[in-house]
Amino acid sequence: MLSYLAKRLLLMIPLLVGITIITFGVIHLAPGEPVEMQVAMNPKVSAEARERLRKFYELDKPLHVQYGKWVSRLVRLDFGRSFAPDGRPVITKIRERLPVTISLNLIVLILEFALAIPIGVMAATHRDGPLDRWTTVFVFLGFATPLFWLSLILMYLFGVKLGWLPISGLHSLGYEVHGLWWQVGDLTKHLVIPISVATFGSLAGLSRYMRTGMIEVLGQDYIMTARAKGLPERVVIYRHALRNALLPAITILGLSVPGLIGGSVIFESIFAIPGMGKLFMDGVMARDYPLVMGVLVIGAVLTLLGNLLADLAYAVADPRIRHGRERAL
Amino acid sequence: MTRRDSYLQDVVWRRFRANRFAMAGGMVVVALFVLSILAPFITPYEPNSLDAYHVLLPPSFAHWFGTDEVGRDVFTRMLYGAQISLKVGFVAIGIATLIGTVVGLVAGYYGGWLDSLLMRFVDIMFCFPTFFLILAVIALLEPSIWYIMLIIGLTGWMGVARLVRAEVLSIRERDYVLAARVIGCSDLRIIFRHILPNAVGPVLVYATLGIAGAILTESSLSFLGIGVPPPTPSWGNILASGKEFLEFAWWLFLFPGLAIMVTVLSYYLVGEGIRDAIDPRFSSRR
Amino acid sequence: MNRCRLVCLVSLLFSLVACHEEKQASSSPRPPGKASYGDAIVVGSIGEPSTLLPLLASDSASRDVAGEIYNGLVRYDKNLKLEGDLAERWEISRDGLTITFHLRKGVKWHDGQPFTSRDVLYTYRITIDPKTPTAYAEDFKQVKRAEAPDPFTFRVTYAKPFAPALESWGVAILPAHLLEGKDITKSELARQPVGTGPYRIKEWVAGQKLVLESNHDYYEGRPYIDRYVYRIIPDTATMYMELKAGGLDMMGLTPVQYQRQTTTNEFLSRFNKYRYPASAYTYLGYNLRHPLFSDRRVRQALTSAINKDEIVQGVQLGMGQVAHGPYKPGTWPYNPKVKDFPYDPARARVLLAEAGWRERNGDGILVKDGKPFSFTILTNQGNDQRLKCALIIQQRLKKVGIEVKIRTIEWASFLKNFIDKGDFQAVLLGWTIGQDPDLYDVWHSSKTGPKELNFVGYKNAEMDRLIERGRGTFDQEERRRCYFRIQEILAEDQPYTFLYVPDALPVVSARFRGIEPAPAGIMHNFIRWYVPKNEQVY
Repeated sequence: MLSYLAKRLLLMIPLLVGITIITFGVIHLAPGEPVEMQVAMNPKVSAEARERLRKFYELDKPLHVQYGKWVSRLVRLDFGRSFAPDGRPVITKIRERLPVTISLNLIVLILEFALAIPIGVMAATHRDGPLDRWTTVFVFLGFATPLFWLSLILMYLFGVKLGWLPISGLHSLGYEVHGLWWQVGDLTKHLVIPISVATFGSLAGLSRYMRTGMIEVLGQDYIMTARAKGLPERVVIYRHALRNALLPAITILGLSVPGLIGGSVIFESIFAIPGMGKLFMDGVMARDYPLVMGVLVIGAVLTLLGNLLADLAYAVADPRIRHGRERAL
Repeated sequence: MTRRDSYLQDVVWRRFRANRFAMAGGMVVVALFVLSILAPFITPYEPNSLDAYHVLLPPSFAHWFGTDEVGRDVFTRMLYGAQISLKVGFVAIGIATLIGTVVGLVAGYYGGWLDSLLMRFVDIMFCFPTFFLILAVIALLEPSIWYIMLIIGLTGWMGVARLVRAEVLSIRERDYVLAARVIGCSDLRIIFRHILPNAVGPVLVYATLGIAGAILTESSLSFLGIGVPPPTPSWGNILASGKEFLEFAWWLFLFPGLAIMVTVLSYYLVGEGIRDAIDPRFSSRR
Repeated sequence: MNRCRLVCLVSLLFSLVACHEEKQASSSPRPPGKASYGDAIVVGSIGEPSTLLPLLASDSASRDVAGEIYNGLVRYDKNLKLEGDLAERWEISRDGLTITFHLRKGVKWHDGQPFTSRDVLYTYRITIDPKTPTAYAEDFKQVKRAEAPDPFTFRVTYAKPFAPALESWGVAILPAHLLEGKDITKSELARQPVGTGPYRIKEWVAGQKLVLESNHDYYEGRPYIDRYVYRIIPDTATMYMELKAGGLDMMGLTPVQYQRQTTTNEFLSRFNKYRYPASAYTYLGYNLRHPLFSDRRVRQALTSAINKDEIVQGVQLGMGQVAHGPYKPGTWPYNPKVKDFPYDPARARVLLAEAGWRERNGDGILVKDGKPFSFTILTNQGNDQRLKCALIIQQRLKKVGIEVKIRTIEWASFLKNFIDKGDFQAVLLGWTIGQDPDLYDVWHSSKTGPKELNFVGYKNAEMDRLIERGRGTFDQEERRRCYFRIQEILAEDQPYTFLYVPDALPVVSARFRGIEPAPAGIMHNFIRWYVPKNEQVY
């Protein structure tokens, strides 16, 4: 087990190197430098001023030198300073955004599991019946709806027309002066629409996965045996079948880990929630190389760790699985 | 062999037909195809002809879905937009499926270091947020509908590759493949005659779902202003520009959103229907 | 301060500063009430400021917020005349080479330290310091000598008379006592600025909002409104809904919102709408190095074939006016007599025929030397108005036998791959119109190099002379004569087809009183805005 773990961890290193090289190449290939984005079309800027800015950001050095410098900082866990005019450390900028993104994603993830698992099980036990068909349509509807479209409609309905819910942001203005419970209530009101929409959009994957797994398990011999023993259907389903059908859900949980730090830029833009997605998008658009690299590297490490975690959890939960098994999607 | 095939097709088709939701989805998909192809015969308007003096008209007999802020007929744009959106979906997923199938076959069939190498590459690709790759490539190339397709395709093949590889691994060691190898069939023949046909089902399902996904991706890209470049109409860019008129000119926002929703849902129902129909584990008990 | 920066991705409609001449304030009158302190104003912005050290910032969000925190030595008053700000008055020497500023006494930084000439000298020195990554060193480089003979006098000497010099001293003056000897790029002041202005920073929640609170010791008196909240709402549809739901007090409307969506009595009882020409114009620029556009008659024909009224109607719903040159109607350098070519497709055909373009193939497209008249208009991605504009032009030009293709390109690659390389035929872009009428950077023949702003390659000796004369004197009459003539030349030469000047359409909650629309827009007397006690909400 330990040697397997060590092997997997070691394997991450070449992957990471590959990822950083590709990323570094891609963003430097993209036309436009951070300097350009800041000064282009500004008559006050002379050629000399451009060069001054380029030198400041060390963009005048050859690409491999820039990469070398970046990596040598990275191994000391220094992500460098942002190329935005505020020049703050990348890690500070990420740290500002992470709590919001992680909390939101966590809430959505919990709701997703809390809703999708029962839906999937129900669909499986009522297979091919109306309940199965309609839940299928329901979860797919969540997936099929452009979420920004749904969000804007709900915002208009509940925020503007009915005036029941706030439209965007996380807090009302001046919420600081109120007590804790008022603040919690305020935050909840702000989050109702975004979280409902995000959860609605996320149900399809897991619930279908659960349905498939459950149907498979229900066809197994030991379920037949349990039924043959005359156990009540409820016990068969919840005691025997569900436990095994939950195994794939563990994998999904592991795979969800990296997603926790990733935000959707569209979602964040619409609800004016300051998260990782917007930070990243703005970084790409402004060609803020250190920021983009920082976000991607953290994301990649988490993805790799998440994969590993999923495999390990699965192996622990189901000893029949041999290590190094390839997951189907 | 052939008889078995046609028998299987029969069963699959019967199972699919029994699924009313999948059938409904299938009908929507077909209807949309027909409508989008016949667009020039259905509507008297041009998708891009402006009329600065008839802007933002509400739905009427002359303009079923109203007109937009520069006086273009929304229904017409939606019909032509359907062509574009479907084209994006099909071509993008065609590319993804092709690359994914080849990579999956090669990795699964030959195994060894080639397999490791390809799968590590798949891992790396999975580590990038798709959005980043798309953005980077779009920044590199000038935006055009063809690049959008190419990009969605190039960033969406990894799933197919894993799927095909897994399928190949499970088939590779089966008796009839081993037998074919023993009697000296060439690799290509084994792949095309014995392995590929078995992988077609899952890939088909994946592709159907992928088309739906690509339509959605295009709408997200349009929201960010990097989708199919206007004036070419796509559902995504009609919807994205309609959001500014949500309250006042609801027809600019409601119809494209509904269209995307119904279409994507239909593709999903069809995909699921096929999956259920071809998977023997799911043969109905009834 | 920013003379003619290209209007970037962010639509100009969201900028409230530097506007001109109010046309209509459709206010349902509320009693003025009594001016009282208190309340807050919530302003929406699609972008977050990058840094509150204005020297290092180049985005409009940073400028908006920093404008409330800092002062310059001079500023534009509500009639767009330069007046003293931190400088009480100034003198320009007879030869036009030396400017002496007499600084205001008793001004304090937000931390209580007195403001002196040392701060001005520091701001000048750090700006021209080669190690400072700033975009704004150029004007100060013209300075030959800068000195601070005593704490309240500051004197600069130029090598030759330079008219835009005075304006350049409107830059935000930075606190020397907090910055001297430190690395400005790593300064805390980027997030926690200390200025002399009417508001000071209270809180900056990354990605959400900035809260400024009023500076009770402000030299012009304590502002009435206690807090200025700058909310970051990246999506314009959301921003509009927030306004309607009461979450925002001020934003810029789009023409459709102004004309169609905000006309109910309910809305008008809660908000006041304002409308005046923005300081910007949109144009179609031709690459004069390209053989297609080297003939002036062709450019004149193109302008004649384009219906500018239709564009104002189609793109702005009439919320704007036709442009004939690079200045804003009603400002002192604007020449009202200059009219370029009115919409006249017949005349366009004649001009094109004179230039050798005739229809030969029966497909309606003009041909010369076997080549059809076909070109591509480039514009940047993400600007809907420009795209619509291009579409309308495409339709019109088709009617005179010219085929137009439209391509939209992401901003960065647009600049890098097309503009900087001169690899384009026609571009549809916009410029902001600066307060100072100097046109050196955009129209002087010395600015046609790569990465320079005369990217259409316009070269005209008379134009060069006029531009140089205009910036070389402080005599406004003399300058006006130069710029009047320049507009005549441009109208005849048509290196651009000047399309339109859009209207700025700000909307402000009706509870704010004391707003005085003026040529400078509405923000000029912001510190005098107030909310009567009984209407205060925050």
